[in-house]
Amino acid sequence: MSTSDYDPACLPDLLPLYYRRLFPFSQYYRWLSYGGVTKNYFLNREFSFTLKDDIYVRYQSFSTQNELEKEMQKMNPYKIDIGAVYSHRPSQHNTVKSGTFQALEKELVFDIDMTDYDDVRSCCSAADICSKCWTLMTIAIRILDRALRDDFGFQHLLWVYSGRRGVHCWVCDEAARKLSVAARSAVAEYLSLVKGGEETVKKVVLSDPIHPFISQSLSVVERYFPQYALVGQDLLSSKESVDKVLSLLPEDILCHSLHDLLNLYQTEKNPLKRWDKLKAVVHHKRATSKKGGQYFEKEIMLQYCYPRLDVNVSKGVNHLLKSPFSVHPKTGRISVPIDLRNLDKFDPFEVPTISLICEELDKPRAGEEEEDDTKDKENETDPGERRKIRDYKRTSLAKYIKMFDQFLDAMARSRKGEMLKKSDLQKEF
Amino acid sequence: MQFTGRRRKLTVHPQNELYGHCLQLYGQPPLENISLSEFETFAVERLKLLKTVENLGVSFVKMSEQYSKKLHAEISGLNFPFRPEVDESSLSKSQAGPSEYEKRRKDHISHFILRLAYCQTEDLRRWFIQQEMDLFRHRFTDLLPKYKTEFLHRNNLKYDTMSLEEKKKLSDQLINSSYGLSGATIVEQDFYKVPFQDALDLVRTRKVFLQGGYAYIPHQDIVTIVLNDFRTRLSKALALTARSLPAVQSDERLQPLLNHLSHAYVGQDYSIQKNIGKVSLEQIDALSAKSFPLCMRQLHKALRDSHHLRHGGRMQYGLFLKGIGLTLEQALQFWRSEFIRGKVDADKFDKAYAYSIRHMFGKEGKRTDYTPYSCMKVILSNPPSQGDYHGCPFRHSDPELLKQKLQSYKLSPSGIIQILDLVKGMHYQLACQKYFELTHNIEDAGFSLNHPNQYFMESQKLLSGGKDIKKEVEMPQKVQENAAANGASVQPQPNTTQAEEEMGDLDSYFLDE
Repeated sequence: MSTSDYDPACLPDLLPLYYRRLFPFSQYYRWLSYGGVTKNYFLNREFSFTLKDDIYVRYQSFSTQNELEKEMQKMNPYKIDIGAVYSHRPSQHNTVKSGTFQALEKELVFDIDMTDYDDVRSCCSAADICSKCWTLMTIAIRILDRALRDDFGFQHLLWVYSGRRGVHCWVCDEAARKLSVAARSAVAEYLSLVKGGEETVKKVVLSDPIHPFISQSLSVVERYFPQYALVGQDLLSSKESVDKVLSLLPEDILCHSLHDLLNLYQTEKNPLKRWDKLKAVVHHKRATSKKGGQYFEKEIMLQYCYPRLDVNVSKGVNHLLKSPFSVHPKTGRISVPIDLRNLDKFDPFEVPTISLICEELDKPRAGEEEEDDTKDKENETDPGERRKIRDYKRTSLAKYIKMFDQFLDAMARSRKGEMLKKSDLQKEF
Repeated sequence: MQFTGRRRKLTVHPQNELYGHCLQLYGQPPLENISLSEFETFAVERLKLLKTVENLGVSFVKMSEQYSKKLHAEISGLNFPFRPEVDESSLSKSQAGPSEYEKRRKDHISHFILRLAYCQTEDLRRWFIQQEMDLFRHRFTDLLPKYKTEFLHRNNLKYDTMSLEEKKKLSDQLINSSYGLSGATIVEQDFYKVPFQDALDLVRTRKVFLQGGYAYIPHQDIVTIVLNDFRTRLSKALALTARSLPAVQSDERLQPLLNHLSHAYVGQDYSIQKNIGKVSLEQIDALSAKSFPLCMRQLHKALRDSHHLRHGGRMQYGLFLKGIGLTLEQALQFWRSEFIRGKVDADKFDKAYAYSIRHMFGKEGKRTDYTPYSCMKVILSNPPSQGDYHGCPFRHSDPELLKQKLQSYKLSPSGIIQILDLVKGMHYQLACQKYFELTHNIEDAGFSLNHPNQYFMESQKLLSGGKDIKKEVEMPQKVQENAAANGASVQPQPNTTQAEEEMGDLDSYFLDE
């Protein structure tokens, strides 16, 4: 059996092992406690588990890391979702007066799913992905990450592969966690450019002036467009796909230059040059006609490449989202953080499956060199914890947990910075 | 003549400082004494204004030319302030109509009265904040630039401005973030730097430049931040008001009035039975299919099917039937004949249910002649729970079930889609109105629906070929009815304009001393 082969039927056997020896509970608890700054932050957080046969259990909550660990090892959830921090313990939501149990805070989250791109990718459809269309996720991450940092001023963004066909973003800054529903929806709408459903053909319409956010996003799209869309997706290769692109052009341009456009399709074989000529023909027409189609090439590029957000996921404070390090039951892949420094190299098919890491655990140790690695820590951590650290370090999960650690360290540093600033301010009095 | 002197004196009263600008943030509550009748008139008229704001917002694009024009007409028609400056000449009594000062006072006081009435539940607060914000946006936008600036100064609204250097550095981005900006206007105009959370409307539509979590707002769009300030203050104030409400509610003169204000729609209350005795019990089945709004049709069907209705249903349906003209005797016969076909025998009915029906007609207990529920009351208060059939089907039904019901009533698929869209947008009354239009085969109902009995009346009018129009129009507006009947010491006669004026003068006289 090849190492990455995953059989969904084995999941019930693998999950106990994963939750007992590999799941990074201490980092997980560290993340959701946020330094213990706010009282009961972890305690009032909703978790929901999907158990065998799609049994869905909402409003789980845990008072300590230990309790969470015990419960997860007992239930062995197929999938874990994270919800909001509530006014009361979610596990006791039935005991408080209705109306007083309210979702107070949650990370600002984004969910991008490849199925939303079905009308603009030719390589796969529905739940399938390939390395070609994965570029769309790369573009989405680049655009959203920049905007969330530069425009909205957020710093602590955790990008996670969903385990199957998409990515999630957890914006963990304190300000982001405190955003109201109205603010979340405003942010999501600011970031949405592609609008309309099956009944809409032209889904991106730009108007003057082009907002800096759009220009910035365009510059990302422009970088990927030729190679991804023109070459990779054969955007202008078949009659069918050319027609689809032409349907995005304004009526009058189409009427006047259909001949030219079809001509270019016959004479020019190189897709990149075809695109250039298409632009040239339309620009020429633009000069003679009065209005419309001013931004046609930009609009086409955006329609084909711009991130498509599931706005409803971002809007609700109480909306649940699949947790990092949860297993995807269909693919067996672990939902792992994505390293933005090597974003272009991220390959979803290289993400370890639960069967792979469990297998790695069973393999005899390659060498004892890791022993040195943990030696200096041995005095601080208890033996159980130490054994667990050694466990995951022997698997391909190690580098992702390390990334998660770095993310948590950065958050801890800025929390410390904030506290110093605050106490400095107090000293002035 | 002497009164004129007193008036003049009054205008230099410290309170006057409060009314120096035609728009205010309602930071200070009014401290003067006012008569109960003035209290009521003010409240009712502001409610009317807010109701108009709501209706206009549904029918027109907010802040469009038509919207602004109509709203402006309503504001001036109801004597709320709209002039930027106090017109000195109108301060003298000789001028017809209330002075600008009086209008501002009314704006101020009426706002605070409605706060009391609308702070009680989340739904009420949301409605009130929404309408007050729309009203404020219109009024602020309507101001000339110089009064806008004055308003900011007066209310101590200071926002961080960008330095010229900063502006120059970001000029390209700023130009491309808002309409109608150029390099020159950027230098001239102030730009305010606020956290993006304070300018969500601009962020949402990408009409502002964002950097590092801050929105850079040109002066031309300042209404957004002022409005945000207004909302924050108002929602905080309402939360505080709600906490101190018990003290106000212990005042037996105010309590029924405030309840009435928050529950009832201002306008016809359909309690006067002009058409009393015009409906026979045999007609009800046919009428329920033809002329009942969906909520009542649903209740009628439930009653016929299960021979019972729970309290909420009996109240909503019973008062509606009273409103369409059933006499007490008819009502008793109607309910008894239906109930005894179920689990209730005649004896039990007389003991347990007849009382509540007589009560409804004001023949028992405190003898309140209860008024039929308005749409607002049906939609906002007492939502149905297990076993209940009352409430508004557009508000309280599952959309899928509503769809099935409408299909079974043979509404066209396109009509159903329209209704469901309105429901989705929370325009329940408009959805009902659309239902009226579809079931009566007319293009435009030509009225704005806000009462189940209004629905019935309009339907009858239409079906009988408009014979009854004249009589219906004559039905007097009687808003004070409930409070008056409750024995509160509010002027019972609607025709008290003169008396009110005297009272007002008297009050100011005492205040002056």
